[in-house]
Amino acid sequence: MNESTTANKTIPKQESLGYWLKKIYSNFWVQKLARTAFTIWFVTTIIFLLVRLMPSNPIEVYINELILQYGLTYDEARDQAASLFALDLHSPMYVQYFDYLNSLLHGSLGTSLRSPGTPVTSIILKYLPWTLFSVGIGLLISFTVGVAIGMVTAYQRDSWWEPLVSGMASVLSSIPSYIIGIVLLVVLGIYLEVIPVNEMRGSMTPGMQPGFTWEFISDIFFHAFLPIATYVLATSGNWLLTMKSSTMSTLGEDYVTVARARGLTEGRIITAYVGRNAMLPLVTQLLISLGFVVGGSILIENIFVYPGIGFRLLQSLNTRDYPLMQGIFLIITVSVVISNLLADFIYGWLDPRVRVAGGE
Amino acid sequence: MNMTAVTEHTSLVSVVVDFFRRIGHFIKLMSRNKIGFLGFLLFLSFIFMATVGTYLIEEPTHSDITAIYSPPSAEHILGTDSQGKDIWSQIVHGSTDILKMALFTGVITTFIGVTLGSVSALVGGNFDAFLSMMADIWLTIPQFPLLAVIATLVKLNNILMLSVLLSVLSWAGLYRSIRAQVLSLKERDYVEAAIALDLGLWHTVFHEVLPNMMSYIVISFTFAMRQAIYAQVGLVFLGLVPLTRNWGVMINLAWTQGAIFFRDSIYFIMAPVTAIALFVLSVVWMTRSLEEIFNPRLRTG
Repeated sequence: MNESTTANKTIPKQESLGYWLKKIYSNFWVQKLARTAFTIWFVTTIIFLLVRLMPSNPIEVYINELILQYGLTYDEARDQAASLFALDLHSPMYVQYFDYLNSLLHGSLGTSLRSPGTPVTSIILKYLPWTLFSVGIGLLISFTVGVAIGMVTAYQRDSWWEPLVSGMASVLSSIPSYIIGIVLLVVLGIYLEVIPVNEMRGSMTPGMQPGFTWEFISDIFFHAFLPIATYVLATSGNWLLTMKSSTMSTLGEDYVTVARARGLTEGRIITAYVGRNAMLPLVTQLLISLGFVVGGSILIENIFVYPGIGFRLLQSLNTRDYPLMQGIFLIITVSVVISNLLADFIYGWLDPRVRVAGGE
Repeated sequence: MNMTAVTEHTSLVSVVVDFFRRIGHFIKLMSRNKIGFLGFLLFLSFIFMATVGTYLIEEPTHSDITAIYSPPSAEHILGTDSQGKDIWSQIVHGSTDILKMALFTGVITTFIGVTLGSVSALVGGNFDAFLSMMADIWLTIPQFPLLAVIATLVKLNNILMLSVLLSVLSWAGLYRSIRAQVLSLKERDYVEAAIALDLGLWHTVFHEVLPNMMSYIVISFTFAMRQAIYAQVGLVFLGLVPLTRNWGVMINLAWTQGAIFFRDSIYFIMAPVTAIALFVLSVVWMTRSLEEIFNPRLRTG
């Protein structure tokens, strides 16, 4: 980034293609978009290489399975495998790679091996919304709660309960989320029997009609309660601690002192001066934690038998349903990468400094 | 730390005395932070459990069908599992795997992160730009699902292999923090002097830069250990890695046998869960003391 700015200063403005390309690339939004596209391409390539070049190549494994189970010849088995994986196994590797990329661009992820004929995309569309719903609501609640309590503890840092709250927050944020989930399930659900865990399984009560009705909305919240509670408990401690230290350092800034000197009300100082600036570093953390939480959903959703994408991913791993596994992993990554992009844009909008300096 | 000149009379006694003096000094420094010291003691007891403990406590091979899910008693401190095996003994013998794995991963990850981070920051240029771009990209790929996918494609039945894989996958986070540190250290006079004198990359990294960022390295080390525990127990719990005798396996067994939905089995499921939570906490707490030792500016009072 520094190179481009110095180049602009020393070299007289020239309207060559290279100059414009550099200028376009140094634009904040273009840069972020290009990085997102590159990341998605990178991940798809990794998946392709993993699935095709691994020593125990899943396609060969599947071909052998077909030969043993149905007594097919190698060619027949290979053709069947090829149609399932949406690959032409006769052509050289690089052609297969471009075919794979091409079919991805057209929105095709192949068909599931274990439920033949079902496209991977339709399976994903069925399970992904539940993960997005539970993780999204969970992070929203934990972010709000963490930021609010974090600010209060920063203001009340001399009180007797501050070490208690911070201590709890540090314990909760250190323990792996699935441990918190298991404890919730075993202690509240099985031992104390205060939560009807068996009724809470699944994403909704069978026979429930989706729609904007109170019954439906309360039902999906009822079923998602334990995953959401786990995400909230596991992540809010971190927000709290970061917000606390960030608020404390913001309180020492000159503009806060000036605002006080100007006689602004404390409420206005808290919201417009301290809170807004103290929250900036948390927005970037939100992006990193999003990937982590979605990744952890494999564990959480399996603990509570909640049919999200993580739950389906484990099923596909256990049944060696490679096209499905490949598709789900890709979708998880793409959703994380795109939410990172969104958060980057939000950050660029909140803090104009990063747009100019190029993010460093 | 004081370098006493004991080399003149190198009798065995003075060496031993000096060793204990150093240990005493270390413990004194560790105990400055109370929570940190608690974590340190907990961590030491886990190490004791994983090394000496496995010889003191009988292996959990003996199953007793007449004592299934028996509550804690003098004979079985934590009760028994679904096959009447002693839970405490399973906890002790399951600790070795977790500790080994955490330490291996900590060492390898730190090595990769420190080497790449400091070399990248000192060399600069296109190499640095490329690596930091790759790190940014790598950080957005969800690690745990990737690990789970790889675990189904490659047989990961060996702790060292799992550690190496985990370290390679988690290179980016540590690389970024080390690189940022080295970039700021690079501006200091003594590092600029070493570069100007052309003392070589190796000397600059290991003699000028690294000793001044020990606190960051220690924090990164413990952070890598936490990630290793998270990933290993998670993979084992999901049944994706065929390891035996491990806290994750205990949870997995309780899970697959449906014991998790059985009130009497609460000790069987809560014992490994508590052990994992305590081990992670001991690492986190111990880091506070270590941070103060290696970064004297943090010391208070």
